[in-house]
Amino acid sequence: MGKYIIKRLFDLLPTVFVVAVIVFIITRLIPGNPAAVMLGPTASVEDIEKLTTQLGLDQPLYKQFLDYLLGLLQGDFGTSLSYNQPVAQLIMERFPNTVILALAALVIALLIGIPAGMISAARQNSALDYGVMLVSLLGVSMPIFWLGVMLVLFFSVNLGWFPATGMGTLDDGLLSYIKHLILPSITLATIPMATFARITRSSMLEVISQEYIKTARAKGVAEFWVISKHVLKNALTPILTVLGMQISMLLGGAVLTETIFSWPGMGRLIVDAIDKRDFVVVQGTVLFIAIIFVLVNLLVDILYKVVNPRVNYESSKGGGQ
Amino acid sequence: MSENLLSIEDLDVEFRSSSSTVKAVNGVNLTLKKKETLGIVGESGSGKSVTATALMQLIPSPPGKISNGKILFNGIDLLTLSKKEMRSIRGNEIAMIFQDPMTSLNPVFTVGNQIIEAIRQHKKISKKEARLEAIAMLKTVGIPEPEKRIDMYPHEFSGGMRQRAMIAIALSCNPKLLIADEPTTALDVTVQAQILELMKDLQQTNDTAIIMITHDLGVVWEMCDNIIVMYAGTTVESGSVETIFKNPLHPYTWGLLESQITTDVQHNEKLPAIPGSPPDLRKPVLGCPFVDRCPYSEEVCHTKKPEYIEVEPGHFAACHFQHETSRLEKKEGMFVD
Repeated sequence: MGKYIIKRLFDLLPTVFVVAVIVFIITRLIPGNPAAVMLGPTASVEDIEKLTTQLGLDQPLYKQFLDYLLGLLQGDFGTSLSYNQPVAQLIMERFPNTVILALAALVIALLIGIPAGMISAARQNSALDYGVMLVSLLGVSMPIFWLGVMLVLFFSVNLGWFPATGMGTLDDGLLSYIKHLILPSITLATIPMATFARITRSSMLEVISQEYIKTARAKGVAEFWVISKHVLKNALTPILTVLGMQISMLLGGAVLTETIFSWPGMGRLIVDAIDKRDFVVVQGTVLFIAIIFVLVNLLVDILYKVVNPRVNYESSKGGGQ
Repeated sequence: MSENLLSIEDLDVEFRSSSSTVKAVNGVNLTLKKKETLGIVGESGSGKSVTATALMQLIPSPPGKISNGKILFNGIDLLTLSKKEMRSIRGNEIAMIFQDPMTSLNPVFTVGNQIIEAIRQHKKISKKEARLEAIAMLKTVGIPEPEKRIDMYPHEFSGGMRQRAMIAIALSCNPKLLIADEPTTALDVTVQAQILELMKDLQQTNDTAIIMITHDLGVVWEMCDNIIVMYAGTTVESGSVETIFKNPLHPYTWGLLESQITTDVQHNEKLPAIPGSPPDLRKPVLGCPFVDRCPYSEEVCHTKKPEYIEVEPGHFAACHFQHETSRLEKKEGMFVD
């Protein structure tokens, strides 16, 4: 297992390199001269030219790329044109906020989505099952920006229970902090929650008809344990796959949710950077998100082994499957 | 009657779908004494497994439903018990092993975990004690190095070893009755013999009664005291193994016996088979369910259901013509297709 993890970490390097190349090319394709955008419509041609030289934008593309790569090797993601700050520092300021929001959303999604899917599977074709599936269908197809705005309208504007925007600080007390977190995390949790409910249901239904479930029942095991122990553990593999994708997406920054609630996270950093043609920031954040994707995928692969003893990473032939 | 461990009376099991109702079991009667081995034989779809599953009350409901009958176990009707009371019997007093050991063990838990779970389900003992019992149980069923094997997963076991592990799970609480649903069908022949031998030994040491569901008459001859022949969800004949093999009364039983491979069969010779297929259980069966395939059927067979009567002591059959002449005629190869 240890060998496998080290090998996978080395595999990270080519992936990151390819992502770096793609991101570099795409950001150069965004129309508009960043220097002109940054200086505003009233800037003189001389000022724009001066800034262009200063930023190295007059250099040939391959030169810009080499400088960028050399920087990356030294852990330097570049310096933001608009914030006048190292990109790494910007990311480290915003990333914890995104992590907090993502974790809150994930906890809500898992705590509601998985039990809902389990109940649905255990009571297949009952009214309860249809109800859960209808709600989850609504959940996956809900436009997030609309849901977020509706929640703000109802709970902030009408009822005044929760603040409409912003992130609380712990200095104002834990309650205020949590109050700020509730609406954005519910908004962000909706799609993953519905996805978990659906994948849990279908995956459990596949397992429930297996012979070893009959064995468990024949041993006298109570139905609750049959479902939550014997069925669930066998159904976890597809759930883990979806979990990995959802975590990566949540950590990549929830662009819509963060924009609606003015949440100072990665999502807003990217949107602002695109707006300002701050391609250094765009490059850095996208690369950072790509690394997170790869790491989360690695984590999921390791977890497969934990839930399914037949998974064998040591030999190339694979295990029992 | 009081010494009967189990008696099933007029059991009906049906499966409903939106368009039809299938009567998978239709009036099954059987009795089983302590320490006895009863074979249930019949072709696929004859209701053997459904009867056993109904006995454990593991029929998936919906769509399945036990619509009539009594299942008396130690004098108590299992069908009147609550779910909780039934759970304390399942795995404890009545245990079951299944056909395919490759799929009947949970792949994500160790073999030990699954035996310990069965033990702790019914005995109030610590995990440590249960583990020791599980190791002893693995040793009993003939698994070498049980201390090591107990922490292995099912996929690390061979087919024969898995069936041994299943038997260990089933016998871990010393059940009074073991239901074996085609326990050797999925195993190769040498392993089959070992497993049967093991079951016989354990039956003798533990005084367990066994219901052996099979379509292999060789297994029945080897293992059983009595046989029940099932056809289209009903019992058509029952009696001791000797009676049924030497003096079968129902034409279906003749067909079953004739279609077995014996040493008389010449190389490349076609084995006798019963022509036709069982009736559609979605439609009510008016007369004898075997009528369409029976070479001896007469008018009455189409209109009247034969009664299941005791022809001689301990030998029951459901046929309108349980007489000597028809039995002699079967020698003329009526079942050759």
